[in-house]
Parts: sequence; C-alpha cells; structure tokens
Amino acid sequence: MSPRRILLLLALGAGLAGGPALAQVSVTQDTAAPAGEPGEAAAANAAEQARVPERIEIGLSTQAIGITSDFTGQALTIFGAIDNVDPLVHRQGRYDIFVIIEGPRSELVTRRKARVFGIWMNVESQSFDNTPQSYLIASTRLARDITSLDTLARLSLGIGQIRVQPHPDRKQAREVEAFTAALRRLKQDAGLYQEFPGGVQFISQSLFRAEVALPANVPLGQHRARAYLFRNGELVGQTQAPLRIAKAGFEFAVSDFARNQSLYYGLSSVLLALFIGWLGRIVFKKD
Amino acid sequence: MALYLPIAEMSVNILVLLGMGAAVGFLSGMFGVGGGFLITPLLIFYNIPPAVAVATGANQIVASSVSGVLSHLKRGGVDFKLGSVLLAGGLIGSTAGVYIYSLLRGIGQLDLIVSILYVVFLGTVGGLMLFESVKALRRARSGEVVSLRRPGQHIWVHKLPFKMRFKTSRLYVSVIPVLVLGALIGMLAAIMGVGGGFIMVPAMIYLLKVPTNVVIGTSLFQIIFVAAYTTVVQAVTNQTVDVMLALLLMIGGVAGAQYGARAGQRLRGEQLRAMLAILVLLVALRLAYTLFVVPDELFSLSAGGGL
Repeated sequence: MSPRRILLLLALGAGLAGGPALAQVSVTQDTAAPAGEPGEAAAANAAEQARVPERIEIGLSTQAIGITSDFTGQALTIFGAIDNVDPLVHRQGRYDIFVIIEGPRSELVTRRKARVFGIWMNVESQSFDNTPQSYLIASTRLARDITSLDTLARLSLGIGQIRVQPHPDRKQAREVEAFTAALRRLKQDAGLYQEFPGGVQFISQSLFRAEVALPANVPLGQHRARAYLFRNGELVGQTQAPLRIAKAGFEFAVSDFARNQSLYYGLSSVLLALFIGWLGRIVFKKD
Repeated sequence: MALYLPIAEMSVNILVLLGMGAAVGFLSGMFGVGGGFLITPLLIFYNIPPAVAVATGANQIVASSVSGVLSHLKRGGVDFKLGSVLLAGGLIGSTAGVYIYSLLRGIGQLDLIVSILYVVFLGTVGGLMLFESVKALRRARSGEVVSLRRPGQHIWVHKLPFKMRFKTSRLYVSVIPVLVLGALIGMLAAIMGVGGGFIMVPAMIYLLKVPTNVVIGTSLFQIIFVAAYTTVVQAVTNQTVDVMLALLLMIGGVAGAQYGARAGQRLRGEQLRAMLAILVLLVALRLAYTLFVVPDELFSLSAGGGL
C-alpha cells in the first residue's frame, strides 16, 4: 500500500463514519486494494450491481464556431450533466471529469537540425500519422490524482498521453521517442496542446461546467469534444459531441475564393496592388 | 487592433503591420528599391508562415513597383524594350522558381535555402555596393568626376551573338545575357519573395552597362510583371497569397514611400548607396546569425503532405 492510498483510506473513513452508504463506498475502495475479506467483497459486488450506473452528457452552446476578422482566440464553455449521481460520492468529491476538445487529425512532420559544414540545417525527420492538430484538456483536478497512469494512457488523457503514431522507418526506438517528445513540446509551446487542471467545476450536484481557451491559431475543421466521468478513479461514463470551427463571413469568403477560384483570386490580388500603387502615386502628386 | 488573416490563419496586430509596411516603404522610397528583401524576413520574424510571407511579399512588391515606375515614367526613365526582354526571361525563371519552392518545402529545406540565398546575395551585393560607394565618396571628396558608366569598356558579355539594339538605353547587346539575367532574378524572386531589384540594378549597371538614369525605372517596370506573375502562380499552386496581409503592407508601404522619396532627395547618390549597402549587410548578418549560431530549439514542426 502506498502512503497516498493509506491517507485516502483514512480520509474516507473519517468522512464516512456511520453513513448508510459506507459499505458500498469503502468496499469499492477495498476491491481496488490487494487485500480484502471475501465476504465483504461479495457484498460490495452486490451493492455495485444494485447501483444505477451514472451517465455523463455534455452540451455545447454551439455546434460551430465561426472565425471572423476579430478572432483572437476564445474561451469555450462546455456544460454537462451527470445522471444518477450518488450524492455521497459527490459530496466527498470523488467524481472526476475530463473534457477534451480535440482538433482534426492529420499527418505531422517533426524535423531536427544539426550542424553541417558549420550551418544549422534540418537533417533528420520523423512523420507522425493521424495526429491531433490541437488538444485542449480540462479536468476537475490534476490528472495523476484522478486515476492511474495506465488508464490515462489507455484513454489518452493528457498531453503526454496523446496517442501518436510515428510513421515506421529505420529509426531506433529512443530516437523516435525524442521526436515524439519534441512534437508534444512544440505543440505545447504553440498553445495548441494545453491542459487546464481545475478547468472543470461542478455547478450543482449533477451539473458541471468545463472551460478551455481556444488559442488564436486554433486549427480549422472538425473538432471533437469528449468527456469522461470517473468515480473513485474508475471510468464510469463517456460521451462525445462534434464541434466545427470554420472561417465565417468575410474571412470565409476570402479563403473560399482563394481555394476554389485561385486563378481569379491571384489576378484580383494583382489588380488590387496595381490600384493601390497607382493611388499612392496620385496622392503623392497632390502633395 | 487585431485582425485575423484569412489565408495565414492567424491573428495579427494591424498597427504592427501598417508600421512595418511604412518603415519598409520609407526605405524603399528613399533608396529606390522594392523593399521585398526587407519585408519578407520581417514577416517571417513576425511568425507569419514563410510560405505566406514569400507569396504575399510578391503581391506587395507589385504595388510599390507601380508607384515607383509611374514616377520614373514621367522622366522617361523606362526602357520598355529592354524591360520586355528581361521580363521574358523573368517569367521563365519565376515559373521554375515557384516549382523549386514547392519542392524545397516538401523536403523541409525551404527555410535553409531561403536563408542561404539571402545571406549570399544580400552579403555580396551589400558588400560590393558598400565598397563601390565608399570609393565614390572618397573620389567625390577629392573633387574627381564620378561616372559609373565607362562606354569604351567591353567585357565578355558584349561579345555574345544575337545582338539587339535598345534605343532608350543607347545599348547594342546580345539578348542572351539579358534573358539569363531576367530568368535568374525571376527564379530568385519566386523563391525569396523579393522583386530582385537589389540584384537587377547592380547587374544592369555593371554587366550590361545600362545608363543609370534608366536602370531603376526599367528594373521596376519588369519587376511589376514578374511579381504579378509570381503572385498569380503562387496563388494557384500554393494558395498562400494573403490579400488582407498584402493590403495592410501596401497601404503602409505606399504612405511610407512618399516620405522616403523626399528624404532621399536631400542625400547624394553615393551617400544613399552607402546607407543602402549597410542596411542590406545588416539584414544579411541577421540571417547569417540564425544559420551559424546554435539554435534554441533544434526541432521544428510542420504539416505533412500538403498545406
């Protein structure tokens, strides 16, 4: 038993003294602990089965975020609800929630510079398939306090846990690891991978609110909001919702023109330049 | 004041970009250069993706060259025939340049090649210009007559076949060096996001022996078309021309150019050339620094495949 687990048990004991749900809760803890009396465990399982499972739901205030010319990043609030909340578990703060806004996935390339004839140039690269372009995660508290590292990794909860797929090549595992670490670090530096521990807060027993800050350079496209509900460190529910981030209004018109009518777009840009250049000359002459 | 750029897909400060355009416009008005060699590195320092900076730079150069050429036109300082032959070469070079540009970006060496090209060309041109102008300044002080053009001199360039007469420039030269020069500069322009005036002007003076009073006008005339062509080709192949970014730079640039031209009139030619040479060398040194000094971050990240 690790010291932290003992502390947790003590805290539980203090909080639970005499409560009707004592059996159920402490037992849940016991099943996790290596030692436990067989009878007690059986009772626990029975209680566990009798309990109606929680469900988590989230609602985004909007299905699509439109980026217009004044966009400099935006706070995004996601509201959610838990059905069948066990009031006691809630009171003890043993419900935990993760909310993730994950950007579209694409191939990314990490390159490493080295000195060649005195000049620093890119010499090695590693591409990654199907990697999220952005990843914003909010949680009720620090991820490692919520559940085990194995679970975090399995559900890819946290920047260090985002599943990346290095494109197979002849590189050694340690090298690939260095490139993977660089990928996470560069994304974090660019504000595209962010963690918001404490970003999820309960408003009431069953309602919660998650807040993440979309950076100004948020990738455009189909994002996905995912939410996970943990009870005593065990995953009990998950859900997801789509979120589209796209240019809107004038920005959309311009980029749509640039993409679909690129020849006319180029010609118009040149005409604009000719006009401004001529205009500048006229204004200059009047002076 | 923030503005979200539709193609660069990032939020920028309007005032910073207007100021950047104005500062470069001031210098280009003062020295009679397009200023592309300043604007593109500045945009990259400001975190605009290099692809967008290069393509948008070409668009901005169109505006500043039009302004410039109109003022030279009035003084008869444009040789349309010479400009057209340079342009024919320029269009071929520019097409090749845009293609090389996409290729380099694909293998991840674009930034390196662009930096090396900047260091080599700005360093060479700046160094030669500084050397020449300091010599001219010394001679001017000792009272000698300064002339860049020595008509009696002939170099190998003048022995090539396919000669053509350019009346305005009072020249009778082979079209081969003119086409090659145009193509070379067109290619550099597309890769570096510059008009190429800073190479074109000295090359015309020293290699083709074009008289100084038509050099800048003719160079600007052909740069308009090469830059316009580059803008369209970049828009079609790479879709990296950001018209909003270009507009901000153009407005700042055109305004700045007025004041620059006035400031330039108060200075003598050699002084202007020496100052321009120092500016060019400083940009080259700044870029050389990033090539030779250990970078803070060895890794870089880019999107795979397209975009």
